Amino acid sequence: MERTTIDLWFGAFVTAGFVALLVLALKVGNLGGGTQATETYRVEGRFDNIGGLKVRGPVRSAGVLVGRVADIHFDNERYQAQVTLALDKKYSFPKDTTASILTSGLLGETYVGLDAGGDDKKLASGDRIAITQSAVVLEKLIGQFLFSKAQDSGSSAPAPAPAAAAKK
Amino acid sequence: MRASRGRLVLDVRKPLARLGANVVNGIWRLGSMARFFGLVLASSGTSFSRFRLVMREVYFSGVLSLIIIIVSGLFIGMVLGLQGYQTLQRYGATESIGVLVALALVRELGPVVSAILFAARAGSAITAEIGLMKTTEQLSAMDMMAVSPMARVIAPRFWAGIISMPILSLLFSAMGVFGGYLVGVVIIGVDNGAFWSQMQAAVDFRYDVLNGLVKAFVFGIAVTVVATFEGYSAPPTAEGVSGATTRTVVTSALMILLLDFVLTAFMLRADH
Repeated sequence: MERTTIDLWFGAFVTAGFVALLVLALKVGNLGGGTQATETYRVEGRFDNIGGLKVRGPVRSAGVLVGRVADIHFDNERYQAQVTLALDKKYSFPKDTTASILTSGLLGETYVGLDAGGDDKKLASGDRIAITQSAVVLEKLIGQFLFSKAQDSGSSAPAPAPAAAAKK
Repeated sequence: MRASRGRLVLDVRKPLARLGANVVNGIWRLGSMARFFGLVLASSGTSFSRFRLVMREVYFSGVLSLIIIIVSGLFIGMVLGLQGYQTLQRYGATESIGVLVALALVRELGPVVSAILFAARAGSAITAEIGLMKTTEQLSAMDMMAVSPMARVIAPRFWAGIISMPILSLLFSAMGVFGGYLVGVVIIGVDNGAFWSQMQAAVDFRYDVLNGLVKAFVFGIAVTVVATFEGYSAPPTAEGVSGATTRTVVTSALMILLLDFVLTAFMLRADH
């Protein structure tokens, strides 16, 4: 079978395609040693309100990415959100670690923050994080602020009202 | 009064009839195209037993489209970089420029724009070639020699399009990201590490890159089926071939955008 120029071009074309796929996978995408290839263990947590948390959202401790949100369920008996976290096997946390729903910046993504406790025993696969803190709903916060502001101006007219209220 | 109303009815009836004829004709063509697609698949055996036929067509429709794909990809990436920087600057999030460029290209612009360029560059050429072969009765001559034009002419072009389209789309996206890098990091001076790391954190291989590849594959089928069908069914006149070439580009572009919407709706269903 004789070689032709078409063969060369075809080979070069397909090779270029593979190289582009490799670039997109490793350099642009997260296939090159990202957080997915590592082994994980799963812990659960119940939250009253998860805000804008999404599946595959980040789990951070001290600002470092330590895992991802694996699953979000609504627990119909407790009327709470049940969140499953897939944590990296490299990191282990004490049993009394607290989990809170946080937002990075004012408009940033919602993530789960883990604060380590002081227990000697470590969290194992299938454990439940007992102490959780819900997401702060901005609308509620603004509502509370306006409400207290209105109360203050109703009781005492001068400006340094919050300080006076705090002293009482 | 009465007479004028009667004329009004008559005037309305003619365009209505034309509209109806166009709709019926369009549905008819769609049906023929589906049958044509089945026929191409049925007579694809030769394309694989004599793969050189397909490779030759990959050269003509894929390799020769490389320049337009690479240059447009580069410039679209650069424009995305510039425009993205303008907007992101307002929120102090210029490092996210890489995320913006990469996601826009890999998910949408890569497959869609490269498919439209492919339809204009290669699809029109396929239609004109097959249409002219039909006009000059080369296809009938093949048939007379017991060589099936479906297997010898149409099917290799079809498979070549299916092979070329995903590769062109990948190259388009890769070049676009490089263009975004040129504008964002080299010219504007966004931090190099943040540019790539934010991009890698946001772009998922399975959901973004592979879904984009699936889109390109589907567009490849759509463009080549339209191009070969239009060429094969072109009236054997100079006007007929020119009309078929125009229709190839218009129909392919519309089909690409329509299919893109349908595919995106399916792919974004998952909650992430």
